[in-house]
Amino acid sequence: MSNNINRREFLKRLGIGSTLTGLALAGCKNAEKAVPEITDAAEGEMTYRKNPKTGENVSILGYGCMRWPTKPVEGGEEGEEEIDQEMVNRLVDTALEHGVNYFDTSPAYCKGKSEGATGIALSRHPRDSYYIATKLSNFAPQTHSREASIAMYHNSLKELQTDYIDYLLLHGVGMGGMEELHSRYLDNGVLDFLLKEREEGRIKNLGFSYHGDIEVFDWLLERHDEYKWDFVQIQLNYLDWQHSKELNPRNTNAEYLYEELRKRGIPAVIMEPLLGGRLAKVPDHIANRLLQREPEQSVASWAFRYAGSYPDVLTVLSGMTYMEHLEDNLKTYSPLKTLTEDEFAFLHETADLMMQYPTIPCNDCKYCMPCPYGIDIPANMLHYNKCVNEDNIPTSSQSPTYSKARRAFLVSLDRSVPKLRQANHCIGCGQCVPHCPQGIDIPGELHRIDEYVEKLRQQTV
Amino acid sequence: MELNEKSNSGHKRKRKSADNTLKTLRRLLAVISILLITPLFLDFTGTWQTLFGWMAKIQFLPAVLSLNVLVIVGLLVLTVLFGRLYCSVICPLGIMQDGFAWFGKKAKKNRYSFSKAKSILRYLMLALMIVSLIAGISSMVAILAPYSAYGRIVSSLLQPVWIWGNNLLASWAENHDSYAFYQVEFWSKGYGVLVVAVTTLVILAILAWRNGRTYCNTICPVGTVLGFFSRFALFRIVIDKSKCVDCKLCSRNCKSACIDIPAHQIDYSRCVACFDCIGKCNKGALSYRYVGLSPKSTDSTDNSNVDGSRRQFLTVGALLGTSVAASAADKFVDGGLATIEDKKIPERKTRIAPPGAVSLRNLHQHCTACQLCISACPNGVLRPQTDIENFMQPESSYERGYCRPECTRCSDVCPAGAIKPLDAIGKSSVQIGHAVWVKANCVPVTDGVECGNCARHCPTGAITMVESDNGLKIPAVNTEKCIGCGACENLCPARPFSAIYVEGHENHRFI
Repeated sequence: MSNNINRREFLKRLGIGSTLTGLALAGCKNAEKAVPEITDAAEGEMTYRKNPKTGENVSILGYGCMRWPTKPVEGGEEGEEEIDQEMVNRLVDTALEHGVNYFDTSPAYCKGKSEGATGIALSRHPRDSYYIATKLSNFAPQTHSREASIAMYHNSLKELQTDYIDYLLLHGVGMGGMEELHSRYLDNGVLDFLLKEREEGRIKNLGFSYHGDIEVFDWLLERHDEYKWDFVQIQLNYLDWQHSKELNPRNTNAEYLYEELRKRGIPAVIMEPLLGGRLAKVPDHIANRLLQREPEQSVASWAFRYAGSYPDVLTVLSGMTYMEHLEDNLKTYSPLKTLTEDEFAFLHETADLMMQYPTIPCNDCKYCMPCPYGIDIPANMLHYNKCVNEDNIPTSSQSPTYSKARRAFLVSLDRSVPKLRQANHCIGCGQCVPHCPQGIDIPGELHRIDEYVEKLRQQTV
Repeated sequence: MELNEKSNSGHKRKRKSADNTLKTLRRLLAVISILLITPLFLDFTGTWQTLFGWMAKIQFLPAVLSLNVLVIVGLLVLTVLFGRLYCSVICPLGIMQDGFAWFGKKAKKNRYSFSKAKSILRYLMLALMIVSLIAGISSMVAILAPYSAYGRIVSSLLQPVWIWGNNLLASWAENHDSYAFYQVEFWSKGYGVLVVAVTTLVILAILAWRNGRTYCNTICPVGTVLGFFSRFALFRIVIDKSKCVDCKLCSRNCKSACIDIPAHQIDYSRCVACFDCIGKCNKGALSYRYVGLSPKSTDSTDNSNVDGSRRQFLTVGALLGTSVAASAADKFVDGGLATIEDKKIPERKTRIAPPGAVSLRNLHQHCTACQLCISACPNGVLRPQTDIENFMQPESSYERGYCRPECTRCSDVCPAGAIKPLDAIGKSSVQIGHAVWVKANCVPVTDGVECGNCARHCPTGAITMVESDNGLKIPAVNTEKCIGCGACENLCPARPFSAIYVEGHENHRFI
């Protein structure tokens, strides 16, 4: 655990270092261009998209506030983390400075601390220099009541230190099907309340973010005339464009979702363009394929260009934890070079290749957490995925790399996940399952990992 | 005396270097020996034990306890041939004391002197050992046994340092994306062993610093037994009366205090064949040579001693005999992590002994509490007992890990026959205990959620989930199939007390 922190700390410092370099470079922008361009985040102007209703220009790069950096709590228990506010402020400052003006948060993110941290960072800047998006995250049955839901909305305003919300979303509709939609927003009159708030100008744009049951998505769009959705947030990336349903029959391909929005002229806000980093941490030969084509562009930049290249996309959200993430994305979107037909085809081919890897579609959003029995669910899945990508999942003790791969798997498992939080402690109670936006059969996957680990330990692979 | 030594050293150098060969050889062997045996108590990967586990198995007392006739005979033959070489080059506690004695000699030259054998104390200690062995007072055996005393010192004082060093390397490796080292959890296994180890170390260090091999020649039962045989050693150090000038230089450098110069006699029962005296003698009056079977051929033989020795020889036979008899009689919001409470040890009616122990009785009778199995256990299962009767002997508990099916390390390393060798397949068919379900703690009952983690991890399929009153499934244990490995207890989500725990069995059996 402590070593994870060390590594994070290390990366943070790296981040600070590169920012300083960035700032130093910005300071002598007019000087000779002897330094490589790569370090300079924003060489051109950020690309903006126009909101058809308000006419406001929204930066194509939106800041996702679900993955704010954390640091160990001073004097806290081992492994206890809190948001690193100082770093958040610096990230927000840098983002604003380079033209990012859309910040997307939720009362549920970062153990409920995201809105507060985002509010602190943003309130240091003029209110009209950015747009705030937040959500009505009344997932818990105790918050389904009208009073509790409205209290949550008012608390968001307070945490974000504002008296209006630019973009308000019904959060994660589709999870739990029509039944949940009814109890969270329809039967309790919360949607009517939000429509009223929009009328009165305290909500500038009203939309919803969607995961899961397609019936809910279709139902809400069928009533577009009534609700007049200003935007809809969907998951779109080159893997989900055509393979979402293949990964999980409960999901819907992004191609369908985007088309439905485009037909109705509703701007799309894109979430998970990078699948929580899964489209950046790809197997070596996939990475090489991308790098060969664009040697000076990061692997991640392909995913961002892909999402941004759809014309009806308003903004592409990225949960940038580290300064390097932000800088890389600024570089990709300042300005955005839209993909050519050829490049679209190239990425769809890449997606086909990636489908051959049996990774678990976990994006580390942590909606499933905390597990009441202490399992670190995303850490177990990310470790497994990492081993899949690095080809450290030996399938036979006869394979020449067996003992090396076995050691790498087992040693890195203990490094990534404390023993008591590993998959073998999953009791299969299933309390996490409804929370997963990706619809992963979490206990099933954890038990599968556990069985595999057990085979490796007993050398019976 | 020192002046004398110095002035003579010039023209004696050549001869002395020849005499020092034996001492150098002894020292070399001793260093190799201790360098091979010490890592047995440090290495947590099991590699060293596989390669050099035999170093523990050639120790005298463990060999007696495990009835390793080959080793016992071998060591006795070695002693009858060359004297108590065992004490100088095989016994790690002896070598360790020589280390302290070396510093003692640095501090003050020629610090020893002859003393009479403390025979009564020696025999009393030996008798105590034999009685303890027969009566099964294992904690007394454990305290007296030299090899296990060394094991305790290394495992409780050096292994923590070793693990700490490893963990430093592991964090370095992690930062360099290397899998060469991995973190090992260090946990306190109780203070009993630590206190005993520190006490032993301090006493031995002082004794050895001041007087050399006092412990070996007064308390150590192995030293006493080997002393009986070394009296008849075919090769011995002998004093050539004609050359001896009674300067006592040899005697004052004898860490066994066994050279009686006025009488020109050496007490061979105490001589540990270190060869220090030979090189010290300026006159070349001392030599290590073949004296054959006749005790008369040496100048320093004492007839009255022989009778005594013979008598004691019989006692040793009796000792061996008893140990055979004893053994024959024994047939044996989003994000965040829930806090995880530490598991507590349930109150077990019967202790759990690791597979291979055959029975609690066998374990108690053979174990010398050397901590080798405990140091080697990679699963956090074995730890020393705290009760007086079987103090420091190993027992199993499952709050940190469980007895994994692929691991047989404790049975691989045990030199004393307390945990007998087993292979992985055999180990998984030995029933060392059985699981007991505690309804009041079981998660389907208390939390109303599905679980079954015990059944999912039972290596023998002894647990089946059956329907309960509230419709959720609860575990049913088939105790006939249960081997008592503790997977269920360890992986049970109920905390601090598991809803399923293992009750030990007095006698293990194959199922």
